[in-house]
Amino acid sequence: MAFFFEVLIGGLLSGVMYSLVALGFVLIYKASGVFNFAQGAMVYFAALTFAGIIDMGVPIPLAFLGAFVVMIALGVATERIVLRPLVNQPQITLFMATIGLTFFVEGLAQIAWGASTRRIDLGIQDEPIPWILDNMNMVVSSFDLTAAAIAGVLVAVLAAFFQYTKIGRALRAVADDHQAALSIGIPLQHIWGIIWSVAGFVALVAGMLWGARNGAQFALTFVALKALPVLILGGFTSVLGAIVGGLIIGSTEKLAEVFIGPMVGGGIENWFPYVLALFFLLVRPEGLFGEKHIDRV
Amino acid sequence: MSAYLSINNIEVIYDHVILVLKGVSLEVPQGSIVALLGANGAGKSTTLKAISNLLRAERGDVTKGSIEFQGQRIDQRTPNDLVKSGVIQVMEGRHCFGHLTIEENLLTGAYTRSISRAELKTSLDRVYTYFPRLKERRTSQAGYTSGGEQQMCAIGRALMANPQMILLDEPSMGLAPQIVEQIFEIVKDLNSKEKISFLLAEQNTMVALRYADFGYILENGRVVMEGAAKELATNEDVKEFYLGLSSGERKSFREAKHYRRRKRWLA
Repeated sequence: MAFFFEVLIGGLLSGVMYSLVALGFVLIYKASGVFNFAQGAMVYFAALTFAGIIDMGVPIPLAFLGAFVVMIALGVATERIVLRPLVNQPQITLFMATIGLTFFVEGLAQIAWGASTRRIDLGIQDEPIPWILDNMNMVVSSFDLTAAAIAGVLVAVLAAFFQYTKIGRALRAVADDHQAALSIGIPLQHIWGIIWSVAGFVALVAGMLWGARNGAQFALTFVALKALPVLILGGFTSVLGAIVGGLIIGSTEKLAEVFIGPMVGGGIENWFPYVLALFFLLVRPEGLFGEKHIDRV
Repeated sequence: MSAYLSINNIEVIYDHVILVLKGVSLEVPQGSIVALLGANGAGKSTTLKAISNLLRAERGDVTKGSIEFQGQRIDQRTPNDLVKSGVIQVMEGRHCFGHLTIEENLLTGAYTRSISRAELKTSLDRVYTYFPRLKERRTSQAGYTSGGEQQMCAIGRALMANPQMILLDEPSMGLAPQIVEQIFEIVKDLNSKEKISFLLAEQNTMVALRYADFGYILENGRVVMEGAAKELATNEDVKEFYLGLSSGERKSFREAKHYRRRKRWLA
């Protein structure tokens, strides 16, 4: 039984990492109805920038701040150069634009910081916590636990921001109806600038944590693909959904790998989440916490 | 009465090729309700959007003429600036934020104002006194409220910006006659108590002329007739073409007289 819980907890904690990436998608989707294909590239870009600044000998907090400024600049530039000329275009046009943006951002990251993998050392040990090991006989990594705590705080802050602040309300309003938002004087450009900056910030946190675990490398862009089943499960429009979705995906994929995997020869961790997502699409297409599409008939 | 909002001979072109307004001029005196009437595609909405500058987002552009509000040109201002200076549009089809609650919808209306919590509360209460129904529904998602409630929500939301002039586009759209009457009563109330001027685009000529002080009739992107609302309501042509009333026997479209009369307007 202890082994089951160990796998479950390990899965939940790695799920938190998926959630972090999914969060970035949710933010932009909520505010502009655009599925930002470039989110994975932004995570990569953020991680490389962060690692690059640290390698120049800058202390971690300052490097984080520096990388954040760079992400804001990237977000604002994206709004100016890519989104602004495409206002009121069909969503698929915007989606295609973000695919283009993906390649650009990936290239930019490599031009600026080189294509080689960089290590990020946050000073958090990726080792079992002795107390839990001794008392419950389970291996729980202190790094995973820290990452989960950071993600938890981030989500709480974002949820409160969306629900209770004036800008948060405006963001949701823009998500619902661009034109109406424009008509009551909400400046779309500012709002989009803000949301891309926030998404950049989330990408930075995700990149930092993923980078600390696996190194800041190109493979980070593929982490974004894991966010897809998370989004389908949790719903594209819900911050909470991104978290719960991540937890479900993380835990089920690990449990499936350990307990079902051996029956079919293993290696099911990589595709199991997609099957789960497919099943969800059939039963509840808006996801667990997604906004129901309200249609007047 | 002096002109508060004046439009001088504007021309609007969509997508660089489609000429929609061909020299429209009109004036809204301070504190009045002016109705802009006409059939589908006459250019009513376009005129309102030209004023509120929502046109730009639809690839439309004012290519000639000028628009002035309180003596200042406003045709190059962003909607954000315009709302700040007191002109706000309530769009056709209501356009409430469906996933926000009624109260959140109203609160977004105050986005352009930097005011304290207490002032925000006062504004909210003011809206609720005009629309008690909204107070009852304030925690429901706007998308699940009825058409009439959504129209009230849209007007209430505009009210939250503390406007001096509301451009109201087709408030009667898709609503039962009774609700339409209710909404127009509130518009009249807002006009007399809050001194808000209205420019009102309507297809429902009969109701609009009953509540308006002055009216313009648009046809094919031109003003073909203007006058005090009472005069328009009794005008033979208006009666026939827009109110569906005719003196005596029904006229056939083939009839020459009918044709000539229509033609005079189009010239």
